[in-house]
Amino acid sequence: MSEMTYRDALNLALKEEMRRDPTVVVWGEDVALYEGSFKVTRGLVAEFGEERVKDTPISENTIVGVTIGAAMGGLRPVAELMTVNFALLAMDQIVNHMSKIRSMFGGQTNLPLVVRMPGGGGSQLAAQHSQSLETFFMHCPGLRLVYPATPADAKGLLKSAIRDNNPVIFLEHELLYNSKGEVPEDPEFLVPIGKSEVKRSGDQVTIVAYARMTVLALQAAEDLAKEGISCEVLDLRSLAPLDDEGIMASIRKTGRAVVVEECWRTCGLGAEISSRIFENCFDILQAPVQRVSGLDVPMPYSREIEKICIPRKETIVQAVKEVMQGKF
Amino acid sequence: MPNEVIAEFKVTRMSILDENGIADVALMPELSHEEIRKMYELMLLARAFDQRALALQREGRLGTYPPIMGQEAAQVGSAMAIKPADWVFPSFRETGVHLSLGYPIAQIFQYWSGDERGQLTPDNLNIFPFCVSVGTHIPHAVGAAMAARYRRDPIAVVAYFGDGATSKGDFHEGFNMAGVFRLPVVFICQNNQWAISIPVKEQTAAASLAQKAVAYGFEGIQVDGNDVFAVYCATRNALEKARGNGGPTFIECLTYRVADHTTADDAGRYRSSEEVAAWRARDPILRLERFMAAQGFWSEDYGREARSRASASMDEAVHEMEGFPPPAAADMFEHACASLSPRQTRQQEGL
Ligand SMILES: Cc1ncc(C[n+]2csc(CCOP(=O)(O)OP(=O)(O)O)c2C)c(N)n1
Ligand SMILES: [Mg+2]
Repeated sequence: MSEMTYRDALNLALKEEMRRDPTVVVWGEDVALYEGSFKVTRGLVAEFGEERVKDTPISENTIVGVTIGAAMGGLRPVAELMTVNFALLAMDQIVNHMSKIRSMFGGQTNLPLVVRMPGGGGSQLAAQHSQSLETFFMHCPGLRLVYPATPADAKGLLKSAIRDNNPVIFLEHELLYNSKGEVPEDPEFLVPIGKSEVKRSGDQVTIVAYARMTVLALQAAEDLAKEGISCEVLDLRSLAPLDDEGIMASIRKTGRAVVVEECWRTCGLGAEISSRIFENCFDILQAPVQRVSGLDVPMPYSREIEKICIPRKETIVQAVKEVMQGKF
Repeated sequence: MPNEVIAEFKVTRMSILDENGIADVALMPELSHEEIRKMYELMLLARAFDQRALALQREGRLGTYPPIMGQEAAQVGSAMAIKPADWVFPSFRETGVHLSLGYPIAQIFQYWSGDERGQLTPDNLNIFPFCVSVGTHIPHAVGAAMAARYRRDPIAVVAYFGDGATSKGDFHEGFNMAGVFRLPVVFICQNNQWAISIPVKEQTAAASLAQKAVAYGFEGIQVDGNDVFAVYCATRNALEKARGNGGPTFIECLTYRVADHTTADDAGRYRSSEEVAAWRARDPILRLERFMAAQGFWSEDYGREARSRASASMDEAVHEMEGFPPPAAADMFEHACASLSPRQTRQQEGL
């Protein structure tokens, strides 16, 4: 184990996989000399050269398109998009092609492609650059979607994503890049896609979260413990496929659930998860499932007001208390 | 049978004022000393804004800011040719255009301080919001030109963007449609040589950006973007052509981003100081000063006075900005939609 940042853990995963497999390439805007807009590709061009670590023109739809082609052509590309907001320009390639080519081709080709990008709000980047679009990808069959909360998961999930034969959307949270944690050094350390993890165990209420929401949920659980409320924090890690088994096991233990999502509330992933909980655990629920979500507005530019739009420790604490009171 | 030549094209570069401030008299547009002084003072104003914005950003009073230093001639020269009825679609690096068109300075500061109310454009200006997404406003400009045509409104639409935007599908599809419909739109690209860390030669294999218009069936011209007269002339000609139903024009202004991409960047990591120094020597303001001095209407005193007036305007604007009340949280719902959904109303009430 060694302590490192989420950014460095992602960087190490890329390096290890590139050393292990010469077909792994990293292509995107400003990824070579500039080392990525969030410096995740630091040192890659120096070690692996300009053919494997390639700067592209500003052409998001085509970046995803060419990496799809390259994946069909025998490579394991890792495309970097500067942020999830620009993935919207590539939605045709992602939704109409990346997610469907394997199935439309009768399984004759795999698509071992990872499209990495930072997501999330909280950096005062205004309405078009602060979005949490995870639900958009979850909605589309054929895509895997992972969104790690810790440096160890960041490393293990990125390595799994690169080795996976399915197309994977890999989200990284902008505000977690500098967060630190223990990361296994073993180059064969992998975190399975599709498996959640209990990050804190408790027995009265389950807080289901992912990425930065997991970090906030852990802080909320800490505060609530002081008030005698025992929370289990379940970190989804993978949003597609969702780990139904892990989610239901935790809720069968606690009997109560709060789902935290950074995205907009309307049709947010919390609605999907709540529905699955009702379908599978209705018999043991002590209270209706509560959701803590982003407000249904374009993100304001103002730093102070932006904070109100995104779930906070306080809003999670409040939701847990409401669930504990069995509030309807 | 030998292959037939079916198309040939030339791309030209216009320049009027050289680096030493000597103008080609034959090409010189008809501008009074008064108008030239106005250009000069607007360029100083743009530079003063930039310097003040950088200082405020360092103090934490503004958020991330994209400087325009070095691009003043491309911005002021083109904006001076725009008429009040024309419509403008800017990118995020067009402060000089806003200032030239009379946009309230305090509001530009307000925007970059993290307050969208800075974009509440005064009624007499037809300027659309800053477009931070690269090139995505090009289709909007084309559509606005379609609407102007439909309304039989004899105006032109101007879209500003950078060299990096020419790699976007929006650019190619927008250009194609503008060409097919012969729309009254003028595309102005400030080729400042860089798109963050990507130099223009890695953005395109073409010899110029201007020639891309040729493939879409309309004129593309390159101008010396640090030559305020050439930029003014090229823009004026293109706008007249557009207003007179002559179709679109693409103007590539060759200039240079002297400062970092934004205050969050350090350009020293990817480009040489020699390159920056060479472009600093081609400073557009210095060049105009030399011209005016040779023509006898610039002096050290006037230059100093004009600079201090620009700086005083910044003092005043910053003071005004600081008087603006902070936005209220409920405001974010106010303009979210023309009418809120029941859930949005509940969320607004729950703040
Ligand atoms: C669609 C999209 N992709 C990527 C970005 C990130 N980005 C912001 S500015 C920029 C470079 C733009 O270069 P250019 O068009 O030359 O304009 P300049 O910054 O030089 O004015 C990039 C890649 C973005 N804002 N929008
Ligand atoms: Mg540029």
